[in-house]
Amino acid sequence: MRIVNCLANLALQTVLCSTFAWSQGITLAAAADLNAALFELAANYQKQTGKTANLAFGSSGNLFNQIQNGAPFDLFFSADEDYSKQLVTAGLAEPSSFYRYAVGRLVLWVPVSSPLDIEHAGMNALLEPSAKKIAIANPQHAPYGRAAVAALRHFGIYERVADRLVLGENVSQAAQFVESGNAQVGIVALSLALAPAMHGKGRYWEIPADAYPVLNQAVVILAHSAHKRDAAAFLECLKTPEAIAVLQRYGFVPEGKH
Amino acid sequence: MDWQAFLLTIRLAVLVAAILVLIGLPIAYWITYSRWRWKFLAEAVVALPIVLPPTVVGFYVLVALGPHSPIGRWWEALTGHTLAFTFQGLVIGSLLYSLPFAVQPFAASFATVDPKLIAASATLGASKLRTFFRVILPLSASGLVTGVALSFAHTMGEFGVVLMVGGNIPGVTRTVSIDIYDQVQASNYSSANQTALVLLAISFVVLSAVYALNRRVWTVWPWK
Repeated sequence: MRIVNCLANLALQTVLCSTFAWSQGITLAAAADLNAALFELAANYQKQTGKTANLAFGSSGNLFNQIQNGAPFDLFFSADEDYSKQLVTAGLAEPSSFYRYAVGRLVLWVPVSSPLDIEHAGMNALLEPSAKKIAIANPQHAPYGRAAVAALRHFGIYERVADRLVLGENVSQAAQFVESGNAQVGIVALSLALAPAMHGKGRYWEIPADAYPVLNQAVVILAHSAHKRDAAAFLECLKTPEAIAVLQRYGFVPEGKH
Repeated sequence: MDWQAFLLTIRLAVLVAAILVLIGLPIAYWITYSRWRWKFLAEAVVALPIVLPPTVVGFYVLVALGPHSPIGRWWEALTGHTLAFTFQGLVIGSLLYSLPFAVQPFAASFATVDPKLIAASATLGASKLRTFFRVILPLSASGLVTGVALSFAHTMGEFGVVLMVGGNIPGVTRTVSIDIYDQVQASNYSSANQTALVLLAISFVVLSAVYALNRRVWTVWPWK
């Protein structure tokens, strides 16, 4: 009996504590390309305000869809600003909060030991027979996937590599397919190639920016947010030179400096 | 409607259910009749996929099949390609993931076979194999049907493992569950709904057929 009581107490405490933690901090829904950079930005925010920021990553389309169905996020960072705009139009996001934080860039990424000479061959490296599987994000709902397909079409090689494409659920998974060695090359976000977790594991070649539509990335505060003040504070943090420097370090160039 | 995804999923589920009969029956037989004192360890291993999240199974399969692992390298040397992102890779992942759904019903029905019948068969000079096919298996028919149906259904509805090792290639690894997921993510609710409804209907028909086949009253053939 005492054990049962003890367990019940423990369960109750866990539930109470987690709701407490939840109501304390803000929750950010963010495109997968921010996977490394946003941890740093959230840590800075935490240091400055003493409040927590919980992070949820996914493909922008996936998160957009969850928000449309009432997901309890406070801020939404989209790798394609169209999703943020659509939320504003639908009344699901605060129009005045719309902020373009970066422009995303696309790279070819291979493991360090790869025989593919991406530095010289560029996109033509994808035509090599040793590039058996090419990982990209799913173009149906991931902006980087759409950009990757656009770039392949721009170079006129889409048809020739189409049957070797494997689709990650988001751009992080596409990178992971390459990192685990199951795909030989990936078309991923520059920010992931520069992430500390990938450091020393791969080489990258930046795909010329005119090969794909601009990946304007924008954040909005969601209309259902219960912590709009804290969310606005996070946005202010994001606009400081320190935060912009962090983003730049991860390859997110500010708007207009392409 | 993506019929290609449907055909692929059904092909995968039929193949996995068939292979699980072949490897599930001996495992179930051994689990039922072995007197080995550490048998419970094997039982736990077989049941693991029920407890483990599909992400764990998917992660292990992805790493085990990848070129960094000995199995992955061996397969690559043998066939020239790795197993991830291929139909065979999905079959392997699904076999692991659905194994307990075949073995457990098989073993449970073997255990209900009266030991006196098995002993009688042995005293009449029948070999163990003959006893299995002539006595144990016919008396375990309902468990066999249940195991096949469950492993088929479980593979039809598999998602996490496929998401992690599939790579979403149309006609190769894009199963119905992945297709529906993509439709929902892309906010194509009507097309997701269509596919989901067809899947619902197929699943209902399959399960109804199984339970109908398993009805006791039908041991007397209904139209005779």
